[in-house]
Amino acid sequence: MSIIEREAPGVVMTPDNIRSKKLPVLTNVLVAVVSFAVAAALVLGLDIGNWVLVVFLGAVFYLVALYFVASSVEGSRAATNRTMKSLIYAACVLAILPLASVVWTLVSKGVNRLDGDFFGTSMNNIGARDPLGGAYHAIIGTLEQVGIATLMAVPLGVLGAIYLVEYGRGKFAGTVRFFVDVMTGIPSIVAGLFILSFWVLIVSPWFNNGQPRFSGFAASLALAVLMLPTVVRSTEEMLRLVPGPLREGSYALGVPQWKTILKVVLPTALPGIVTGVMLAVARAAGETAPVLLVAGGAAAINFDPFAGNQQSLSLFVYQQAGDASKFAPDRAWTAALTLVVLVLVLTVTAKLLARRNKLSR
Amino acid sequence: MGDYPSRSENATAGDLAATSSRGQGAGYGTSPSSFNEPPLGGGGALPKKARFSIETGFRALSTASGAMVLVIIVAIAVFLISKAAPALSANNANFFTELKWFPNEADPSFGIAALAFGTVLSSIIALIVAVPIALSIALFLSHYAPRRLATPLGFVIDLLAAVPSVVFGLWGRDVFQQPVRDFSLWLNEYFSWIPLFGGDGPFGQSILLGGLVLAIMVLPIVTSLSREVFQQTPGMNEEAALALGATRWEMIRTAVVPYGKPGVIAAVMLGLGRALGETIALALTLSIAFNISFNLIENGGNSIAANIANSFGEANATGRGALIASGLVLFAITLVVNMTARAIIYRRREFRDSAA
Repeated sequence: MSIIEREAPGVVMTPDNIRSKKLPVLTNVLVAVVSFAVAAALVLGLDIGNWVLVVFLGAVFYLVALYFVASSVEGSRAATNRTMKSLIYAACVLAILPLASVVWTLVSKGVNRLDGDFFGTSMNNIGARDPLGGAYHAIIGTLEQVGIATLMAVPLGVLGAIYLVEYGRGKFAGTVRFFVDVMTGIPSIVAGLFILSFWVLIVSPWFNNGQPRFSGFAASLALAVLMLPTVVRSTEEMLRLVPGPLREGSYALGVPQWKTILKVVLPTALPGIVTGVMLAVARAAGETAPVLLVAGGAAAINFDPFAGNQQSLSLFVYQQAGDASKFAPDRAWTAALTLVVLVLVLTVTAKLLARRNKLSR
Repeated sequence: MGDYPSRSENATAGDLAATSSRGQGAGYGTSPSSFNEPPLGGGGALPKKARFSIETGFRALSTASGAMVLVIIVAIAVFLISKAAPALSANNANFFTELKWFPNEADPSFGIAALAFGTVLSSIIALIVAVPIALSIALFLSHYAPRRLATPLGFVIDLLAAVPSVVFGLWGRDVFQQPVRDFSLWLNEYFSWIPLFGGDGPFGQSILLGGLVLAIMVLPIVTSLSREVFQQTPGMNEEAALALGATRWEMIRTAVVPYGKPGVIAAVMLGLGRALGETIALALTLSIAFNISFNLIENGGNSIAANIANSFGEANATGRGALIASGLVLFAITLVVNMTARAIIYRRREFRDSAA
């Protein structure tokens, strides 16, 4: 209707007037230059801020001016489209800045203490004036705690997922699935408090002449609580992707269900399960709060996770960050870099493994 | 069914099991363990099902593992309550309204009001900053960026979600604090007539810094969850909108956003849960204050989780109980937030399955 009304009789259709009008790129650039110039003049002239405010105000002016210029040329709908697109691109740039800063700081400050001493010594007998000292004990602690946590969480998690996929029917399975999801969001500090009140304060006195005792094993328990829901969720997803005919073929050959699960379903889903487990391990390795509450932290090397305080990398970072020594920040950053490298290696391997996985959604 | 002489009741039972469970496609085999004992005649040649077999044992084992999750959740509540109760009964102040935190005195008095306020305020700041940006990035990755850029960028976002919180905390304290202090000074100079930005300093280690660091931490999580939701928009809906002449933004507004709304709400709630429970980043960036103040830029601020990390070292038995009690409150808050988020997702899943 409106198009017919708008069409003037006798107008020849040329390529120029059958296409909708587009804002020329040159005008776009001109608007940008003018708005940034106005912002600079305003900010520096009135002396109300520095170049950050110039950039910010310039961007705002540019978006507003662009909207009006574009709506006079292209119409308001196209102008809205253009403005939203610019906003979305601007948000991306805004988000990348701090994240890039995190990575840059991590690398530039982390290399200061990246030496053999850092990976070969502990903090035992390192005073505030000693520049050396390292994270050997913390690395040992992290590896042991995460390893034991994995040993506990993975069998439990995989069996739980098997229940949800192969056996679970009805309301109870639905409840379990719901609470697995809910448990994913439990704060790590709450898991730490749980193990503190359950293991450290109630169970550990039985083995230690009535005295509560911090230990690396308690940290493993807390990490296992945090890993369990992640492992169940990812394994469940992978088991669901195993094609039904594989199971049915096995049943048809007279193989009982448990054997089918162990020999057919699990091997098929194995790469995906490993991916999920590695992501859970990566998350657990970075947890600080539960370790702080139940492992106690230590300056010396302790290989025994069941007796005595133990350190972990993330806790080492936290403690060094709070240390007053002028050498502590360097140690903290190098430990942080080590931790991030450890976590990222696990994550990247897991993601690459997931890409090679034949079962895909 | 006379055509199949060997077909017994077992087979029918299996078929029913396979077809009656809704929304369970290829991944579902029929489960022979749920078969009844075969009747004499048709399946009589099959061995009788043993009462106790590896099958029963394996089934029980996996059921027990599944139930373990429920056991753990209940155990968390039970043990936290059992350790918090003595401290709460020794408390001389009202636990929910008292601001101060003196549980280690001979005459303990402590309350969660200031801590809970700080927790909620920092999380709200984080969400206000992070959600619009995260949704923009998610839309950029799913609908604007070329695939060659979107795939690696999405990969990087997923990697950032895995960076430990202690690293963000360290960065916030050592690097980000200075720009935030400058920004706070600027806000204070020109906007001190707004109570949020008033005060006489010192500035820097404020709830604003904590909230912004939290925002940066929450960003990758919300982004990657809502990107998945946006990518699931049926192509038909998008193409229909475009075919009717919608611009790209109008297509997103009319087809993508309404479809993804429940998923986005859930993603935001999960981000909120993460922000509420975040410990170390806040313990490193906030300077401790036990008051309720809406001033965002002055030094101060506190949160339940950060207080646990900070006060745990010098806590005695009552102090530990008090910290556990505050953790119980945190557990309850995050449980409610997470259950709401999951309930939203679950409602959507039901809807999708029945519609399909």
